[in-house]
Amino acid sequence: MSAATLEADQLAAVPARHRRATRGQKAWGSLQYALLICFAIIVLMPAYALLVTSFKRQADYDQSTAWQIPTHWSVEGWVAAWGTLAPAVGRSLVMAIVAAAVSAMLGSLNGYVFAKARFPGSHVIFVLFLFGMFIPYQAIMIPLSGLMLNIQDGAPWFSGIPTLILCHIIYGIPICTLIFRNYYATSVPTEIVEAARVDGATTWSTYTKVVLPISPPAFVVTLIWQFTSAWNDFLFALFLTNQTNGPVTFGLNALASGQNPNYPQIMAGVLVASLPTLLIYIILGKYFVAGLMSGSVK
Amino acid sequence: MVKVRRWLPSLAFVAPSIILIGIFVYGFIINNIGTSFQMVRTRSGRLKAPGGFQNYTDLISDPRYQHALWNLLVLTVTFVAGTMFFGLLWALLLERGVRFEGAFRSLLLFPMAISFVAAGVIWRWLLSPARGSNAVGLNQLFQMVGLDGLQSSWYSAGRFNMAAMAIPAIWQLSGYIMALFLAGFRGISEDQREAARVDGATEFKLYRYVLFPQLSPIALSALIIVGHMSMKMFDLIYSIAGQSSYTAEVPATLMWTQLFQLNDPTAAAVNATLLLLIVAVAVIPYLVYTNRTEKGVR
Amino acid sequence: MRGKKLAALATASLLVLSGAACGSTTESGSADATTPASTPKAGGAGGTVGVFTWWADGSEKKGLDALEVMFKKQYPNDTFQNLAVAGGSGSNAKAKLASDLKNGNPPGSFQGHAGAELMDYIDADQVEPVDDIIKELGGESVFPKTLLDKLTVDGHIYSVPVDIHRANVVWSNTALLKKAGITSTPTDVAGWLADLQKVKDSGVATPLSIGGTWTQTELFESILASNLGADEYSKLFSKDGKWDSDGVKQSIEQYKKALTFANTASDGDDWPNATDMVADGKAAYNVMGDWAVAQFEMKGKTYKTDWDAFAMPGKENIFDFLADSFTLPAGTKNPGGTQDWLRFVGSKDAQTTFNKLKGSIPPRTDISSDGFSAYQRSAMKDFKSSDTKIVSSIAHGAAVPLAWSSEINTAMSKFYQDKNTDNLVSALVASHDKYAQ
Repeated sequence: MSAATLEADQLAAVPARHRRATRGQKAWGSLQYALLICFAIIVLMPAYALLVTSFKRQADYDQSTAWQIPTHWSVEGWVAAWGTLAPAVGRSLVMAIVAAAVSAMLGSLNGYVFAKARFPGSHVIFVLFLFGMFIPYQAIMIPLSGLMLNIQDGAPWFSGIPTLILCHIIYGIPICTLIFRNYYATSVPTEIVEAARVDGATTWSTYTKVVLPISPPAFVVTLIWQFTSAWNDFLFALFLTNQTNGPVTFGLNALASGQNPNYPQIMAGVLVASLPTLLIYIILGKYFVAGLMSGSVK
Repeated sequence: MVKVRRWLPSLAFVAPSIILIGIFVYGFIINNIGTSFQMVRTRSGRLKAPGGFQNYTDLISDPRYQHALWNLLVLTVTFVAGTMFFGLLWALLLERGVRFEGAFRSLLLFPMAISFVAAGVIWRWLLSPARGSNAVGLNQLFQMVGLDGLQSSWYSAGRFNMAAMAIPAIWQLSGYIMALFLAGFRGISEDQREAARVDGATEFKLYRYVLFPQLSPIALSALIIVGHMSMKMFDLIYSIAGQSSYTAEVPATLMWTQLFQLNDPTAAAVNATLLLLIVAVAVIPYLVYTNRTEKGVR
Repeated sequence: MRGKKLAALATASLLVLSGAACGSTTESGSADATTPASTPKAGGAGGTVGVFTWWADGSEKKGLDALEVMFKKQYPNDTFQNLAVAGGSGSNAKAKLASDLKNGNPPGSFQGHAGAELMDYIDADQVEPVDDIIKELGGESVFPKTLLDKLTVDGHIYSVPVDIHRANVVWSNTALLKKAGITSTPTDVAGWLADLQKVKDSGVATPLSIGGTWTQTELFESILASNLGADEYSKLFSKDGKWDSDGVKQSIEQYKKALTFANTASDGDDWPNATDMVADGKAAYNVMGDWAVAQFEMKGKTYKTDWDAFAMPGKENIFDFLADSFTLPAGTKNPGGTQDWLRFVGSKDAQTTFNKLKGSIPPRTDISSDGFSAYQRSAMKDFKSSDTKIVSSIAHGAAVPLAWSSEINTAMSKFYQDKNTDNLVSALVASHDKYAQ
């Protein structure tokens, strides 16, 4: 499937096709809506529980009324969650933005080469890159953590976010490469590249003058994808950072597994920690979905 | 020479990534495998790991590891079956264009924008095993709507407890599978449907013989993506069941326990290597297959 | 073809890069470091003492902060460096400590549960004995002999205890007991089980509250120690411990019975929820370490009025202990400073101040109980009493090394599922055979 491209528009709503609605089709239609509404409610149910709890006061929180709307609406939980998580949110932002930017750059270079400027063996290397996307990170975690600790010994400033930035860049290369390669393979006509070559353009100038200018859509998709996965990561954070220098997922986990759970604060914390990715999803949903599609390898 | 001059810049473009992936993916994998074969003796002379393949047989014959493997199997089967079922069902409900399609699609897909850790926090509460007057989460909800019989211990008890752990995972990823299938349906031209209808095919036959066969590459992609995610699943289990839960243990979480609770990096390395092997067995044929077919096309 | 060669080349160079692959290694600290004889110097030996703890929050942090202030005053030559790491899921901190120890770059001192939990460090020669300091502090004249025995590994003591907690305490809700007509404290486990039945009959749905796996292990070990008595219980952890004895089996049966009175828990449930159930009157009993006091106080409940506490009853008065302690890492840069720190945390002043703030009790028995809370005073009295037998906690690493206690926890978690006594016995026997030495 080459839907790996950026054609998220493929998902765009299709105008209703059936003009002649028979009785059977009408019945099916209502069933269809009933089912969809049912599923939507089920999917939203956890979100409902999150929201109502986050607006309760800790003093009012009682597990027997957990599913009911607050008797007193309060932002106490939100204030507390923000107070605890704000520094980690800041660290996560820096981490996700830097990691996304650098791995997108690398991905663009690689994608261009693998799609339009191959070298002997490039296909094999591309497949080897792709496999890097699927590996369970447990398989590299012991040496990785050893190396990072060694670097941190010599360069203490490297602990925490810089460590994670490096990891997200490196382990983000495969997916970023894939997105760009698929984009260039379908959106950059080989003739243009060849023509530039014939005109004596170097590989570099072809890239900067011909390929890069038409890359923004792929950059948007890659940046969103990388930002989201770096933001949502927990495994690297758990192994390589701690509560004082780690990202927001770490902070949220620590908040939620604390000894005296303050549910309004925890639930508000979940929302605080999810806000950037949710905003991206809501505002840039189309590109978000396109990134998801490219996750499907081909 | 001319040829070399032509592709050398390409190689230079990709070189940084090749080096990084080479060291951080393949180098580390090899290093980890090395660790997994080590013999470890404490200074007082106690043998902590016998070394060689015996490290592997020791872990594989450990009932705790077998229990983790069983859990992984139950989790993976339920998770894959669940996401494929709901993903396809939702895609079918949406694919022919319904009113508010965009809204439904966004709602069904939104859990994908949230991190596993954040989702884990809320699902930990939803899947609490307490019943009766102590019930919270889903058990409490069932009581409220009069379905007391549906109360469950969820992931906390039973031989197939990990099927319950798959519920939050299904919640998060069904929308993704839906999006994949939806893109697939939209990629099939309207003419084919019309042609089939003209030939007098029923709707059922249309799907069975015309549409579904064309979706099989997508189904395969979806299967691999969800399957390998399941094998790697760590964040969700860690944040729902807590660190070092035995009941909900899978190899990925056991590796953390071996490293940090049991102080046994050798066993952790063995476990990680086996996990890599399990994932590789599923993914490598797929990568080779898809990339071969692609080569044929281009 | 050429591509293949390239790939082969890349792989080969990686093999080189990855360095020492297969082979054998020895876990090691820096072996050459030997501790200079301890010669206390007025005002301290000078230099920096980095102290690694998990005390970054709450009452523990308050206690540590107070220690820091006092230490600076008493040892003005030394520079205290607080290396506290927020605990919970701080695996990175654990990895850091482990790698620092392995690379011969240890902190000045690090916190660990006293007793068998230090085994891994001792085994790898990563910590050194502190016998001299214990002796200098007063040895058996200030620490109970039984406690020192429990801290001794191969004839040496490897850490200085700074606080003591008791794990085998039964917490109760006075109102619910009154309602059930229970007026006296039971005298053995069977009596306690009978009381649980009475509570149940009085209409309480969950007479006993439990939390995740380790809280279940703690409940089990309390019952076990009560039934076996101190000597037999302590013998379980030696080479000729009998985990399939009648006493163990009877304890498992009683533990199983106790679980029938309890709420449904999942592995990861933490203890405060379970203790809260007693504080809130949802459960009559909870077995928990005495850090539970803080939970009752937080809920604004009063000792003896709203809640009460007694040690799990049995043929002896058992004090199932765990202790936080500080070590002397092998090869630490400034051993003189570390020794100052150890002398300090073992001192009367430091232990008084710290334990008042943390809610635990001092390991030293020459400290007046003035100014401690009512519960702490009763625990101190018990701890000192010659009738009391001190035993080590399994759940908290005092009795067995980490790997062993983790295996026991796994067995407990399995038992919680299948309630099969034979399976539990064979799992306990197997883990004993694997780890006892």
